Amino acid sequence: MLNSVLPIAKNTLTDLIRQKVFNILLVFALCAIGSSIFMAKLTFQEEFQMLKDVCLGAMSIFTSLLAILATAGFLPKDLEDRTIYTLLSKPVPRYAYLMGKLLGIISLLFIFTVLMSVVFCVVLWTREQTVLAETRNATAGMSAEEIKAALKQITDATFNLNLLPGIAIIFIKSALLASMTLLISTFATSQLFTVMAAAAVYFIGHLQATAREAWVGDVTTQWWSKILVAIVALLFPDLQAFNLTDDVIAGAAIPLGIFFQTFGLGVFYVMIYYAVSAFIFSGREL
Amino acid sequence: MIRKGAAILILLAIGALLMPVERQIDADQRAAHLRKPTLNLELRERIGQMGFLAALSGFRSPLAAILWIEAHNAWERTEWGRMAGLFDTVTTLQPRSPLYWDMASWHMAYNASVAAREDPKQPSEILRQRAERQYIQLGKEILERGIRNNPDNAYLQNQLGIILRDKLSDDCGAADAFLKASELPGAPPFYARAAGYSMAKCPGKEKQAYELLKHLYDKGEDERKPSLISNIKELEKKLDVPPAERIP
Repeated sequence: MLNSVLPIAKNTLTDLIRQKVFNILLVFALCAIGSSIFMAKLTFQEEFQMLKDVCLGAMSIFTSLLAILATAGFLPKDLEDRTIYTLLSKPVPRYAYLMGKLLGIISLLFIFTVLMSVVFCVVLWTREQTVLAETRNATAGMSAEEIKAALKQITDATFNLNLLPGIAIIFIKSALLASMTLLISTFATSQLFTVMAAAAVYFIGHLQATAREAWVGDVTTQWWSKILVAIVALLFPDLQAFNLTDDVIAGAAIPLGIFFQTFGLGVFYVMIYYAVSAFIFSGREL
Repeated sequence: MIRKGAAILILLAIGALLMPVERQIDADQRAAHLRKPTLNLELRERIGQMGFLAALSGFRSPLAAILWIEAHNAWERTEWGRMAGLFDTVTTLQPRSPLYWDMASWHMAYNASVAAREDPKQPSEILRQRAERQYIQLGKEILERGIRNNPDNAYLQNQLGIILRDKLSDDCGAADAFLKASELPGAPPFYARAAGYSMAKCPGKEKQAYELLKHLYDKGEDERKPSLISNIKELEKKLDVPPAERIP
């Protein structure tokens, strides 16, 4: 199966990299991350809260956008230019075709995340060096202990390894969104519908935990309301579970156990959505 | 159509199977303070519908950053009331970010309070002092809320001590705050010294202050700062410590 999946994945990746949507989003994302260096200077303190807020926020927004836009487009495009017929007329099972496409998109998301992370680190490092130099000048004459504490506060506030699990969670959330969009696109009739539906699921997913607690905790008593929150709780993924960067920005670490649980949940969702997509797609008339 | 129906049933069944797992992850994340408090309607009114939607969609931190910059603009225009409201919103969006609590408190307790005291539009000295006290109190309350949200943060606890000492002349309260700060993880050594100095000024706590400062003194040269030595010497006189036990 790998013989057919890997070339499809590779082609999908090459194709997506050549597409305008990737390049435009990449430019926007890198500009947003790069310009945050000026935003940090606007604030009261030469610290890094702003920088990380904006950079990780931009990473989260742009990976999510790319996941939805890139995935929503591939099926209609393959149908339109008829490459899907060429591919499926060969001994390539439909599930392998979908898997190749999904792997290609996930690879693209990985590259996108890595590129943004590199720019983020460069921006953070540049700012850190400037602030350290400024602080050394400003604290001249103070006790060595106080200078050490001030410099430590700055270095603690900049890049630390705790950011990596946060970035990994941003990536797995985008992969989840890609697989969810893939599922929608297998029964959608147009690209626009897929994008709109995926965006709607994205918002609902962030409220899923609230619906789940309302259902389980018997918050609501009306039968129709109970059914509604039950459907939301069961049908949609809990996307709020993947928003762990806020604390990472503040300098806290994601405990390893929680990181693996969350990452594992993301991987599980990706697999489930892929499996259901393959199930629907295998019966679709082309 | 049958396949689509079956797919929905499969997703519902998987949702039911995943529910205990998701609830467990939710509980673990809450225990590790990784989940933010639910956004309420009052906040929605303050940040507007789009902002609320952004916050609900997992973009709390960029939204907080944008509002923080807006607070910066309010600061430039010395709109203290508006600034306090924006700070409240930012800290609600990002309650685990010590910087926001610290800066919000500093602006209220120091900048806004001084501006209120020297307000040229207010001829009444009493009202100016009242406004000054209110802003200092607000700064203190912001820090206290920050500490409740970040109980392990030594820096915020220390900042509370500084406000109590410098702005409210509450040496006993400051001593308690500094002492708590010094016991928290990552606290630099001067937090403990600050606790000792404030304790020395707190009536009835002189003996405790002496013991603390002496303990620091005994740690070695690094701790023997001029202010530490002068405080110990004063306390030795006050407590009538036998000459043999006094520091050189």
